[in-house]
Amino acid sequence: MKLMINNKSYTVPDSFKEKRLTEYLRDELDLTGAKNACEMNACGACAVLLNNEVIKICHVLVKDAEGKKITTIEGMAKPDGTLHPLQQAFVDAGAIQCGFCTPGMVLTAHALLLKNSKPTREQIRKALQGNLCRCTGYQQIIDAVEMASEHYRKN
Amino acid sequence: MNSKAWRNDAYAKVTGKTKYTDDVKFPFMLHAVPVYSDFVHAKIINIDISEAEKSEGVVKVITAKDVPGVNRWGQIIKDFRIFAEDKIYYNGDVVAVVVAETKELALKASALIKVNAEVLPPVLDPEEAIKPDSLIIHESHGTNIINHHKVRKGNVEEGFKTSDVIIEKVFQTQFVEHAYMEPESAVCNPRADGVIEIYAGMQHPFSTRRFTSALLGVPLAEIEVLGVSVGGGFGGKDDTIAIVCSRTALAAKLTGRPVKMSYTREWSIRESYKRHPYKVFYKMGLSKDGIIKAVDTKIIADGGAYCSVTPWVTWRSTVQCCGPYVVENVNCNTYGVYTNNIVTGAMRGFGSPQMNFVIESMVEIAAEKLGIPSIEFRRKNMVRQGSTTITGQKLDNHKVAMEEVLDVMLKESDYFEKFKKCKSNISEDEVYGIGLAMSYRGMSLGAEGSDFCAAIINVQADGSILLETGIHENGQGSESAMCLILARELGVNLERIRYKRPSTSNIPDSGTTVASRGTVMGGGATVNAVKELKKKIFEFASSKFNCTPEEIEIKKDKVFSKNKSLSFEEVIKEMYDERIYPFAFGVFKAPKVTWDEETGQGIAYFSFTYGCQIVELTVSKKTGKVKLLKAFAAHDAGKVANESMTLGQFYGGMAMGTGYALHEELKIKEGKIRSLNFNSYRIPRATDMPEMKAVLVQNPDPNSPSGAKGIGEPTNELMAPAIANAIYNATGERFYKLPMKINVKKVIEVLQ
Repeated sequence: MKLMINNKSYTVPDSFKEKRLTEYLRDELDLTGAKNACEMNACGACAVLLNNEVIKICHVLVKDAEGKKITTIEGMAKPDGTLHPLQQAFVDAGAIQCGFCTPGMVLTAHALLLKNSKPTREQIRKALQGNLCRCTGYQQIIDAVEMASEHYRKN
Repeated sequence: MNSKAWRNDAYAKVTGKTKYTDDVKFPFMLHAVPVYSDFVHAKIINIDISEAEKSEGVVKVITAKDVPGVNRWGQIIKDFRIFAEDKIYYNGDVVAVVVAETKELALKASALIKVNAEVLPPVLDPEEAIKPDSLIIHESHGTNIINHHKVRKGNVEEGFKTSDVIIEKVFQTQFVEHAYMEPESAVCNPRADGVIEIYAGMQHPFSTRRFTSALLGVPLAEIEVLGVSVGGGFGGKDDTIAIVCSRTALAAKLTGRPVKMSYTREWSIRESYKRHPYKVFYKMGLSKDGIIKAVDTKIIADGGAYCSVTPWVTWRSTVQCCGPYVVENVNCNTYGVYTNNIVTGAMRGFGSPQMNFVIESMVEIAAEKLGIPSIEFRRKNMVRQGSTTITGQKLDNHKVAMEEVLDVMLKESDYFEKFKKCKSNISEDEVYGIGLAMSYRGMSLGAEGSDFCAAIINVQADGSILLETGIHENGQGSESAMCLILARELGVNLERIRYKRPSTSNIPDSGTTVASRGTVMGGGATVNAVKELKKKIFEFASSKFNCTPEEIEIKKDKVFSKNKSLSFEEVIKEMYDERIYPFAFGVFKAPKVTWDEETGQGIAYFSFTYGCQIVELTVSKKTGKVKLLKAFAAHDAGKVANESMTLGQFYGGMAMGTGYALHEELKIKEGKIRSLNFNSYRIPRATDMPEMKAVLVQNPDPNSPSGAKGIGEPTNELMAPAIANAIYNATGERFYKLPMKINVKKVIEVLQ
């Protein structure tokens, strides 16, 4: 079985097929951007994109991701390390504190902006309501998403 | 939007490269899991681990019997049972730790452990626990009262006698979970030289080292606690993570292999300490012209099963029991009480959110009763320059900015105009309200602890700089603040500075990163280290430039005198060539504070900070739903080191305060927590928060070498009373209990 992760193809060992996708990414590939925080679909710290849809993968089995394009936070920046404009906006807006929710937040915001490149602040809040953050009060995260939206409109 | 933010760890965090504890791996690492019992209060007869020991993949099952050192520890009273031994004191007590080749196998084995115990009646109500005939939970302590703090000022009886109006109310608050997004996790690695390395996200590595050295029975020097990125703390990553680390270190020591113990959310909520629920009896005497003549208050805090830092938390409540108001006659009795509930301890605010809810509600009740506008009432009683606090401390060593922040907020929110709209319909079924609350807050630890911090600046031969302080990054941006302070004070470019994560084997014990003390204490130590470094550089450069050290300056990476100049790199290289280390050690010792436990008088804190917050909201008459429209905050942050991160503290504090006010409450049944994950413990979401407007008031604090004041907690301690007052102004319903759940029937009744 193969998985397409961040535009790279991986052959999945049989032992991981029935395991959760978080375990495969974290334990086998050392892609630790997806976090274990609630492990019950309630906080969004493990969110990644499957075919550009936000999915909390703590309960997704590896075999169920077969054939889908998986994007994790590690796949957002350019190979040379240049940040994606959305990531840069998170940095510039001061949207990062402890950073534990940041990968899920960035990916969720990315999925929103791919669909709606001119969201209102209210729409941004709605899109992010499944991602918990205890540090920021969301204010600067929403600023960041708003800032980055211009890039999505241009492209 | 302000100028671009800067954080030293932003790139790593936004790319997912940052390694938190659970992301750390060692070859041949074992996995450990905690084992709990079903009991709440019980005498242990035996813990049967025989089946678990035989289970597949199990390397070791650890119980209290395996502890080589001291099993009972704590920062104040040594009552934490790191492993349950004599009794189960609460439902989060750990009876054993199973260490196995994988977490899965450890979990399988943990289900095989049996605890035989004799059930004891649980003591769950602190008011019952405080009675002389109550069952004593910790027999060696002799009483269930952990601590009794007092304030005795003036003559309270006289104060009430001369009062025209007396108001008596009782307030109650709830158990609250920190809900840091990263659950506790520890990785311990036994090194060949016998030292155990601890990797874990925490706020107090020095306390963790003490817990571990005690449990293992080894000297402090044989434990090295290394910094790892922390996924949020909020006061919650102190005692519990120290205990988790000590158990993991013991597992590493006993097996000789690296061990990871990563908590699930359920274990974290079940075992980790919470914010104290308070019951506050508050009596206030007033003259008809609006002066608070006397306050008599009894505060009962549920300390849970172990002491933790209950005496310190409740001490702050005691010192600040009258809020930012001058009161001549005060009698305060504060009790921290043992129960068999979940342990309570440090949480952002540290005893102030509870009291501010009480005081800022009382102030509005009093003003209304006297027929005086509440803002005018506050102005009559608030602390001003040179005022004396209820503990007899004269506020004259810093700018008392109480009225300044109040005025800033009134103007920013257009309070008086908006106040006129209160109770009016915003939509068919929503009524509008605006509410305000204000506070002052003693800076840093105060007389509750020993307050000092160290910093090391180690300039490398190429001119790059390593900065290490005893302050720990929790996510708030402390590393960035220290780097910015260093760059500013030394006169060099930020790009050349790297923050070296502190190690307990390198930097002297600097206490804990709590009490909003990170920037104040770490920044202070950094400033003092810069002074030491400058002395060395100036002395050296003056010999090169043929002038006196006083004539040397450093600005924008240049070291210069009136007519000579060298780059920072050149000077540093020459210093190395001449075998002079550009290395400096700086210490900031907090100015002296005093406290008399019997009279509750003294210089409680070396400085204070002042804050005011305002909330606009609507209440639905149909559903009772409270919707925040906008929130405002002004705090005196002193000299700000990093603007965007300071604002981040405002917004985050306000969000946490919103949860506290409206929906956060740990559900507990018979001593067992029912809300063990985020599906049942609801913290604020993006859709729960309004747009927030933060105003930084900046009066550099003369007692703080960097000029900074602590800001993390003040921002969290005002939302509940501001929301309570706004709800009252919208609906006429006054809340005496948190969280506030609107009773729709009552609201309609009141409005009619």
